[in-house]
Amino acid sequence: MSDYNFAYLDEQTKRMIRRAILKGLAIPGYQVPFASREMPMPYGWGTGGVQVSAATLMPEDTLKVIDQGADDTTNAVSIRKFFEKTAGVDTTEETAQASVIQTRHRIPEEDLREDQILVYQVPIPEPLRFLEPSEIETRKMHSLEEYGLMHVKLYEDIAKHGAIATSYAYPVKVEKRYVMDPSPIPKFDNPKMEMAAIQLFGAGREQRIYALPPYCQVVSLDFEDYPFEASKADHACDMCGATNSYLDEVIMDDAGNRMFVCSDTDYCASRRKAGNVGAQAAAASAALKETAA
Amino acid sequence: MIEIKNLSKTFTLHNQGSVVIPVMEAAELTVARGECVALTGASGAGKSTLMRMIYGNYPAAGGSILVDGVDLVTAEPREILALRRDVLGYVSQFLRVVPRVPTLDVVAEPLLSVGVETEAARDRARDLLARLNIPERLWSLSPTSFSGGEQQRVNIARGFAHTYPAMLLDEPTASLDAANRETVLNLIEEAKARGAAIIGIFHDEAARDRVCDREIDVSVFTPGMAA
Amino acid sequence: MTPLLKVENISKFYGRRIGCKDVNFDLYPGEVMGIVGESGSGKSTLLNCLAGHLDPDTGEVLFEMRDGAMRDTVTMSEPERRMLSRTDWAFVHQHARDGLRMNVSAGGNVGERLMAVGARHYGNIRDEAIDWLGRVEINETRVDDRPTQFSGGMQQRLQIARNLVTGPRLVFMDEPTGGLDVSVQARLLDLLRGLVREMGLSAIIVTHDLAVVRLLADRLMVMKDGHVVETGLTDQVLDDPQHAYTQLLVSSVLQV
Repeated sequence: MSDYNFAYLDEQTKRMIRRAILKGLAIPGYQVPFASREMPMPYGWGTGGVQVSAATLMPEDTLKVIDQGADDTTNAVSIRKFFEKTAGVDTTEETAQASVIQTRHRIPEEDLREDQILVYQVPIPEPLRFLEPSEIETRKMHSLEEYGLMHVKLYEDIAKHGAIATSYAYPVKVEKRYVMDPSPIPKFDNPKMEMAAIQLFGAGREQRIYALPPYCQVVSLDFEDYPFEASKADHACDMCGATNSYLDEVIMDDAGNRMFVCSDTDYCASRRKAGNVGAQAAAASAALKETAA
Repeated sequence: MIEIKNLSKTFTLHNQGSVVIPVMEAAELTVARGECVALTGASGAGKSTLMRMIYGNYPAAGGSILVDGVDLVTAEPREILALRRDVLGYVSQFLRVVPRVPTLDVVAEPLLSVGVETEAARDRARDLLARLNIPERLWSLSPTSFSGGEQQRVNIARGFAHTYPAMLLDEPTASLDAANRETVLNLIEEAKARGAAIIGIFHDEAARDRVCDREIDVSVFTPGMAA
Repeated sequence: MTPLLKVENISKFYGRRIGCKDVNFDLYPGEVMGIVGESGSGKSTLLNCLAGHLDPDTGEVLFEMRDGAMRDTVTMSEPERRMLSRTDWAFVHQHARDGLRMNVSAGGNVGERLMAVGARHYGNIRDEAIDWLGRVEINETRVDDRPTQFSGGMQQRLQIARNLVTGPRLVFMDEPTGGLDVSVQARLLDLLRGLVREMGLSAIIVTHDLAVVRLLADRLMVMKDGHVVETGLTDQVLDDPQHAYTQLLVSSVLQV
């Protein structure tokens, strides 16, 4: 163990954050202000998600941390280590084994269960921010349900690009009431937000927490003649062959060779373990062996 | 149609020591449908003043001005506005228009205000402009650049566009040549024939004699000069 | 006919200073009321009190809602008043920047109010926006341009289109032609006159320019030091002013 209080934050802070979480769950999609603390990482690196996880974790929890779907990026690793050190909780890379999952910008491919909690890291919680810079005005818009401006943004996209160009952080309407920014997850993930698990959103720099209780209604905004499409690259995973997961595009060499790989590393790994093989699986293993050597 | 009783008017010039100038007292006048009455009197006697009061442009100090049953002295602004739109027409000596509006639309506007379709209104405007010898090439231009005589004819066209039951004409034949004067007098006669009550100021005696049934000398109403 | 707007005893004070005092008038459908006065007369204060931008200290502003009921907009709840200002009311600011979203395209600016009241078909919204741009003489090819790329006169016309797209019955205008070149002013005034007549709008226009008010307004209120000193038909107030201040104002206008 360590000299730190369990999960780093003092109990009073956790209590404050838990109150904010409860309020967020009671009013799905509503941004609850909270007193964000100084964390041992700079703003913009997940302090909101870390504080929410810290307040949520119990000693018996198992934590998974992913960064754009991967368990092995620098940030995912350091946050996981942070909680190993300050909370002493078990950690895992397997989605099904985790009770708390902190994520940056992706929702795991595997369906989550009622006994799981998904914690999102949020940079800018306010979906209207880029159109209306005034905080006073955006708060009024939320409280009065004045969301015309949100559709203006989508209109502008169609006028400029011929389609709604927003491909991540795609705004949603929650329980027919609040418009919410789901954090910069790809729009492909939006339909997953209607799930069995609790979803908590933490923005440390902006000092807001919001939440979605299980089975909450989450509808992506669109126009009647330009309906929402959860799109991804038109390709299968070259390592495991999955056709319905979100893909990363990896440039293999200077000759322009590329491969598409599941962004969710655990999902890909478990599929490969189960015997699924993708088109470039051999080339991928060779490349991996090379880098490991 | 037009009935004026015991009308009086004063001007108070606050910026010149608040001097009070009484200009009219106990004025009386009645004009029936189909009648044309001329206001006469020396320059400054109050002809234009009386006409403006009948139009509601100058407020009265006392008395009543009934046009088609509405007393302009006591009426609400919107009643006077409605009266001016539907019942009471006024051809002044000056053409005042929004710059940039084509002559055709200037003349058509009174008809649009009473709900006539745009093209029908424009057709009527075209007829009048043609009768008053305004060349067609000028119809799409703003009248602000026209000569005095042309402006006067546009003014008259606008004044006669809608068939007002009551009309006030201030020097309608001024600055017109013989042919156009004849046209205007014809227009007045047509208006009379359809039952309009007309009050006019004509310095041109021949015109006055031709269209007017009666004359009223307004100097009679000047305070201190009652006979 | 019942009035569209009944203004009763509106007063606004700034400490002991009078913003405006005891203003009363009725406005009927299709009427345009001009409010003139020099700087400090209280005309803008009054307009803002009427339009719900400022809270008056006394008085009521009764507006005839679409269901026929007269409601006091001063005591109305904020959501209701905001909804009113997006549907039945319009406010044309002196500076187009205050009345437009400068970083949104012309089409988006005009379509916003439609989207705010639930329009959800892109094609229809765009068609209506283009139609309105045409009515204010902005070419269809500019529909995707930002207002920052427009001239002052175009920005003002865009502001008008944005305001009128939901068919409001009452338009507030604060110096609508202020700051525009004279030729541009003429065009805008002509446009406003036409729209007022076509749409049967009622309007309250604040300006210091007597020429504008003569062309646009049916009725006129003259304000000085927060008080209404004279009121009546526009042509009557300007041609035969009764109050000392009005006489001064009218005689001070330079002739061209």
